[in-house]
Amino acid sequence: MNLIINPKKEPIDKTHKDEAYTLGPLQAGPPCCEPEPLIRVDKLSLHYGKKPALENVSLDIYKRCITALIGPSGCGKTSFLSVLNRMTDMIPDCRVSGNVHFDGRDLRHPALDVQGLRRDIGMIFQKPVPFPLSIRRNIELPLREHGMSKQADLNEVMQQVLQDVGLWDEVKDRLESSALALSGGQQQRLCIARALALKPKVLLMDEPCSALDPISSGVVEDLVQRLRGKYTVVIVTHNLAQARRIANYAGFFWIKDQRAGCLIEFGRCKQIFEAPAHELTAAYVNGNRG
Amino acid sequence: MTKNSLATGLIWLAAILVSGVFFWLLSDILIHGLPHLSWSFLAEAPRNAGRSGGIGSIIVSTVLILAVAMVTAAPLSLATAVLLSEFTRYDSVFGRLVRSSLDVLAGVPSIVFGLFGNAFFCIYLDLGFSILSGGLTLACMVLPILIRTAEEGLQATPNDYRLAAAALGMSRSAALVHLLLPTAIPALVAGLMLGIGRAVAETAALIFTSGYVDRMPDSLFDSGRALSVHIYDLSMNVAGGDASAFSSALVLILLLLIINSIAMGLAKHWLHRGVVTA
Repeated sequence: MNLIINPKKEPIDKTHKDEAYTLGPLQAGPPCCEPEPLIRVDKLSLHYGKKPALENVSLDIYKRCITALIGPSGCGKTSFLSVLNRMTDMIPDCRVSGNVHFDGRDLRHPALDVQGLRRDIGMIFQKPVPFPLSIRRNIELPLREHGMSKQADLNEVMQQVLQDVGLWDEVKDRLESSALALSGGQQQRLCIARALALKPKVLLMDEPCSALDPISSGVVEDLVQRLRGKYTVVIVTHNLAQARRIANYAGFFWIKDQRAGCLIEFGRCKQIFEAPAHELTAAYVNGNRG
Repeated sequence: MTKNSLATGLIWLAAILVSGVFFWLLSDILIHGLPHLSWSFLAEAPRNAGRSGGIGSIIVSTVLILAVAMVTAAPLSLATAVLLSEFTRYDSVFGRLVRSSLDVLAGVPSIVFGLFGNAFFCIYLDLGFSILSGGLTLACMVLPILIRTAEEGLQATPNDYRLAAAALGMSRSAALVHLLLPTAIPALVAGLMLGIGRAVAETAALIFTSGYVDRMPDSLFDSGRALSVHIYDLSMNVAGGDASAFSSALVLILLLLIINSIAMGLAKHWLHRGVVTA
């Protein structure tokens, strides 16, 4: 089995930039997508110290689809995301059990190249985290770390990803000024551009809109929609309307017996919202619970 | 209202008292030291036990001792701080052990450092009374300050940077070099200033290690007299040396100001190389 996801740490391939970086036009409404599993999660449990946070979660993340994870706060949605790019490694006392496979490879294998994995599975946080560097350096720093060194290539990728997130026209005249001076929405789009620059296969988004004002939130939401078909997106959101608008698949998490989070129901977004199989799901999506 | 104005008054009084003491001290040194200060005072060697002549050799010794201390202590303390802050858990046994020993070390009187330096560097390592022995002793003395300030500076950097860098597949060392250290630079420089301030003011530890020969040192293995030792000697042991003592004190303060502004300038320059905060 090939455990190393980027075996030779080959520099980021720029030749396919057109197909990989250009997002294309905004698609209207969630189209159907082929259910071809990219990440398979089987009987996943997670503990922080002795406290269980997730119990027995099994689901498939489908390739090039948007999967929304919904549920009340503290039901383990963010913990679930952190397992997928091994950010759990950074939390002391965090124990994970169960099987997670990404593209057929064991994602929890101790010998896995975690840096390569995180290049393939990017993550966007709730609060935008631009580095205290110039806008240009924010995009260039991770690219350089992954072996891209020619300034012409860097410039090209930077312009492409900034155009993709709709930030290029806003910042092209001040690329050397601090990224911290951008507005919240711009910062979040910069963070998405920074992640896209690494050409990930999967993008994990942890409530990417919840710290933004409604207009910025709308811009980011449109951006997420445009990722569909190009990237596999897993998005945690508290905004049910947003989940309904953008997702192909939805998973509903709930806290069982005041203990650990678990997955109540997973399925096509339409089915989860319109014909939920479980009464808890029905109560939650109708706003009666949670 | 009256309570408020009373509190305001007390706060002002405290501030005026504190800065008053400083200005009193400074003006005393200026009034007594300035008339005696001249280029020849800065350049010449002391004569007649320091009553006349200058402090040229003493400035050279001081700068050399300080350089040895900082060149040794700065990288060592930065490495320790990085280890403590980035590569060990805060509540680990190792971290707790190192931190509490540093805290104890920071409270050790400087005369003890002097005796240790004399026993270890001068006698055991056979460096004798030398600038090297003095500098290394000072390095031991300022290590706790440098390490704790550097560690606190690193810990004060937002943890979000570590997470975001990791999520982009960057290694911990890359995040450290490109994000955390540049962000922590102001704190690191502040710590360095504290360390330099403490080292340059040190007398007791140096009498036992670098000696008090007031001629120009030939090399780092030669004995040399630091400014603080010179001031102590002039005011305590040399009758009629007060004027020179005041001028030397003034030079000491100026030296500290110059070193600090150079360090600030370098840090600012370095800061502007990558980090732009707003």
